[in-house]
Amino acid sequence: MPNNPPILEFKSGSFSVPILVLFTDDLKAIKQQLQEKVDLAPEFFKKSPLIFDVQKLNKQGHSVDISALVDIMRQFGLLPTGIRGGNAQQNKEALELLIPVYSVHTSTTLPDTQKQKIVIPEPVADINTTATTLITRPVRSGQRIYASGDLVVLAPVSAGAEIMSEGNIHIYNTLRGRALAGVQGNADARIFCSDLQAELISIAGNYKISEAISSNVGKKSVQVYLQGHTLIIQDIV
Amino acid sequence: MTRIIVVTSGKGGVGKTTTSAAIAMGVAQKGHKTAVIDFDVGLRNLDLIMGCERRVVYDIVNVIYGEATLNQALIRDKHCEQLYILPASQTRDKDALSQEGVGQILEELAAKDFEYVVCDSPAGIEKGAHLAMYFADDAFVVTNPEVASVRDSDRMLGILSSKSRRAEQGLEPIKEYLLLTRYSPERVRIGEMLSVADVQDILSLHLLGVIPESKSVLTASNSGMPVILDEKSDAGQAYADIVARYLGEDKPHRFIEEKKGLFGKFFGSK
Ligand SMILES: Nc1ncnc2c1ncn2[C@@H]1O[C@H](COP(=O)(O)OP(=O)(O)OP(=O)(O)O)[C@@H](O)[C@H]1O
Ligand SMILES: [Mg+2]
Repeated sequence: MPNNPPILEFKSGSFSVPILVLFTDDLKAIKQQLQEKVDLAPEFFKKSPLIFDVQKLNKQGHSVDISALVDIMRQFGLLPTGIRGGNAQQNKEALELLIPVYSVHTSTTLPDTQKQKIVIPEPVADINTTATTLITRPVRSGQRIYASGDLVVLAPVSAGAEIMSEGNIHIYNTLRGRALAGVQGNADARIFCSDLQAELISIAGNYKISEAISSNVGKKSVQVYLQGHTLIIQDIV
Repeated sequence: MTRIIVVTSGKGGVGKTTTSAAIAMGVAQKGHKTAVIDFDVGLRNLDLIMGCERRVVYDIVNVIYGEATLNQALIRDKHCEQLYILPASQTRDKDALSQEGVGQILEELAAKDFEYVVCDSPAGIEKGAHLAMYFADDAFVVTNPEVASVRDSDRMLGILSSKSRRAEQGLEPIKEYLLLTRYSPERVRIGEMLSVADVQDILSLHLLGVIPESKSVLTASNSGMPVILDEKSDAGQAYADIVARYLGEDKPHRFIEEKKGLFGKFFGSK
């Protein structure tokens, strides 16, 4: 046996964490919308870490009670693990609730301005907001993947697995599980798939379950997009 | 270097213990010092299949609690001197196992120059199954050709790739192999079972071998002999092929096609 077993080690890692962007200080409305989202994918939201972003809300001059907000998220089983875009007061309130403060540095969307350079890098996991997420191993039953940008999957997605993206989803393989694109409301998001046998597909909250998906769409390349509130499945020829 | 193999499935009763006993024996017979550990605390039966139930004095829980040394608990197999069995406890419940305890046992086996350690997982995805797979380098995913078993294997594969030591420490992932057991080509033909191709299509996993449904398995376990020792039996040969493939030999797959009856032999099939 080794005489000096390691006790601990610090490592840096990069995780993809969902970000909840708030546009209003209306707690009641927030609660209602959250309920709808959670109903759509209960498994996904259960115990999911979450960073909430109050930058947009602050820009409109609204202010929100951080601790009430945190309570609401927790009621839905979410685990708020960070605040982003908060003002000094909000950051202080968050820290009192032991919620870390993140700076806004969505490097790929913002032009390379001066503003960005003064952002002090923080010793936290890198939150990848817009880059494409690439998955090369099968997504198994019970697994969930969340991408803040586009999601590209080269391996099969099993029944009972769930993949979500704020942008487009590309699956160059068989999709048997659930795929939800544009989960933050992007109605222009699309799903591309080379073998669609999904349990559920959704774009911006508009979904179709397997029963409603024609069985002859499988084994060929299709795209799914939104027309009004209807999901259209179309061959790619 | 010790290679740790977990034999796992999610679903119960698919043939994990049968497989653990067979491959541990097969690998040991090829000259590799091997230990096989029963993680099914409370429902132990690896010792029965290995035919050493009457020689059990101490078990894995005793070792973890310091009530016995590993040497005292390991039972040397009567057919193959390279093979040792570490039985599970029949009297304790599964919470008696701990991650540190299991980790220590595996380290000690490595220090004793064991080349392979085969971990026979209990069914389910709870603690016992978790501990059996946590330290694994290779996973033998035992699956029966039916939808529920395939689904559970898929779930287990997800757990292997996210909750194992290798996943947690960001090491190279566990190598995953598919073992399709209790396969019956006749029942596949009449649509009662999924075919090898169906299962591989769903699991997209490297097929290590197909073990046919065979009476020889029950006969072997009743006599306390791993079925691989029955060299004449189809299941025994299937396991021997699997061991050979695992150790790097190139063997064509067998037992996937229906056996030709007398009629087939005379007239050729298809
Ligand atoms: N290839 C086979 N042909 C016929 N019967 C088999 C075969 N493999 C296993 N069996 C039978 O299936 C039953 C279950 O096998 P086994 O105990 O190995 O499964 P297990 O996965 O370890 O079960 P558990 O989940 O309860 O630990 C036993 O009765 C065994 O004899
Ligand atoms: Mg068993």
